[in-house]
Amino acid sequence: MSAYIIRRLVQSALLIFVIASLVSIFIQLLPGDPAYIILGETNATPERVAAVRRELGLDRPLLIQYADWLSGVVRGDLGQSLTSKRPIGPDLAKRLPRTFELITASMTLAVLLGIPAGILAARYRNRAPDVLVSLFSVIWISTPVFVSGTLLLLVFGVKLRLLPATGYVSFADDPVEHLKRLILPATSLALLDMAVILRMTRSSLLEVLGEDYVRTARAKGLAEPSVLFRHALRNALIPVVTIVGLQAGTLLGGTVLIEFIFNWPGVSSYLIAAINQRDYPVVQAVVLVIATIFVLLNLLTDLIYAVIDPRIKYA
Amino acid sequence: MERGRASLGVAMAEPSQNGLAERPPRRTWQRIRTNPRVVVSGTILLLIGVMALLAPWISPQDPFQMNTAMQLQGPSWEHPFGTDEYGRDLMARVMRGSRSSLIIALSSVALASVVGVGFGIVGGYFGGFWEFVTMRTVDVLLTIPPILLAIAVVAFLGPSRINLVLVIGFLYMTRFARLSFASVVQVKQREFLEAARVIGARTPHIILTAILPNILAPIFVQISLSLGFAILLESGLSFLGLGTPPPEPTWGNMIGVGRGFMQQNGWYVFWPALAISITILCCNMLGDGLRDALDPRLRE
Repeated sequence: MSAYIIRRLVQSALLIFVIASLVSIFIQLLPGDPAYIILGETNATPERVAAVRRELGLDRPLLIQYADWLSGVVRGDLGQSLTSKRPIGPDLAKRLPRTFELITASMTLAVLLGIPAGILAARYRNRAPDVLVSLFSVIWISTPVFVSGTLLLLVFGVKLRLLPATGYVSFADDPVEHLKRLILPATSLALLDMAVILRMTRSSLLEVLGEDYVRTARAKGLAEPSVLFRHALRNALIPVVTIVGLQAGTLLGGTVLIEFIFNWPGVSSYLIAAINQRDYPVVQAVVLVIATIFVLLNLLTDLIYAVIDPRIKYA
Repeated sequence: MERGRASLGVAMAEPSQNGLAERPPRRTWQRIRTNPRVVVSGTILLLIGVMALLAPWISPQDPFQMNTAMQLQGPSWEHPFGTDEYGRDLMARVMRGSRSSLIIALSSVALASVVGVGFGIVGGYFGGFWEFVTMRTVDVLLTIPPILLAIAVVAFLGPSRINLVLVIGFLYMTRFARLSFASVVQVKQREFLEAARVIGARTPHIILTAILPNILAPIFVQISLSLGFAILLESGLSFLGLGTPPPEPTWGNMIGVGRGFMQQNGWYVFWPALAISITILCCNMLGDGLRDALDPRLRE
């Protein structure tokens, strides 16, 4: 087991290194000189451009710049924003928890609603609850997050005025307002994942319910709830855990659009702003951080999977 | 890493039993034609395609005709879907918008399938070094959420149809690469391949006549599912203003712009949202239906 964990850790570290390098190389290759962006069209005389380039260290060979950036990253220094001139690390650290909050809230919502709905559908297979639940999942699997986000905003924020449409209030300032503003973005994000989790729970449970040991449990006269929850569900949930882990990754992608729609000041809106301002170091840093989280989530999923399913070999 | 996703979306069709360039039995076509999901979703997609193709001729109004007296109106006899902030007819714009989405989705999936299948076959057939190069590339691509990579690339290269197709195609190439890699590795063990090699068939010949026909079924399923994902990504990017630039309407940029006018006319975002959902829904249904028809053992 520990050998398995170590190997996966090393693999993940390598992967993150490769991504960091690729992002760095990619950004160097892109057209557009940061010096011009900082100075703006009118101020960009050749002398000034040269001066800014020297100041930012952009006149050095690419390989040196890359090594410099990498050693900074290793020491936890993500560089400095071109536009605000502030170090990127603290800004990111402020925004990361907000994105995590969004992801955690929608994941919780998706699991708490998706798994029971999936159980319901499997229990009443091909009857009314199953049809309803399956219809729901088919619709939301086909609806992009930005579409469901916009529609929820339209109905609850604009038409019914039940919830504040957009904006962010920190939890410390006003917990109630904070949570109110969390509901719509978290729900928009959760719908798709709820549908995926539901579908997985349903099909996995149906498969398990056909197994011999379930028949045995029923044959020895156990009550149906006991069969369903104690015998079948435990095994049925193993693939669901994997899906939950993978979906956490897609949620991360989904926050890009959701933070934009609801003006949620997380990591993704930081990225969009940086892209619009061509703030290369910020883009580089954010992509690296998100990819790292993504890799770690996958690692965590694999490890949890190995723990809950003893049949998996850690070779 | 992709374990769960693979079991959801990707069906591994077992290659046919008796080898070389076998023609698909008539039964398969029969099963495809009579599968209700394929028929319903295929018909709707066909209608959407015809609508996109004929939009300039069948559209009741000009999608670019402005009318300041008719701004942000709700549905009426004259404008069944209502009008936008310049008084342009929303129905005409939704119809016109289908063109961008479909053109980009079709071209990027075409690119994705060709490149991806190429990657998969090269990696799977030659193994060793080639397997490492192709499959690790795919692994790395899969570690970044697609929308993120797409946003970064399009933002820096500039929004244009070509760039969108390249980015989306490259991102979804991974699905085809994994799928065809797995299929090739499976097919490679079969006796008919050894037979082909023994009688002196050259590698390209073997790939084209013995391997490709045997992995086509799961690839068709994947093409249909990927179309849905491509539309999803394309509309998401145009929603952010990184897709086809205005005044050309796309479903995504209509929602992006219409968002600002939800107070006055909620229908503005509703129609393109509906169009996106129906199209993706049909792509998914078509994929699922094809999977059932092509591999009956996977049916519940």
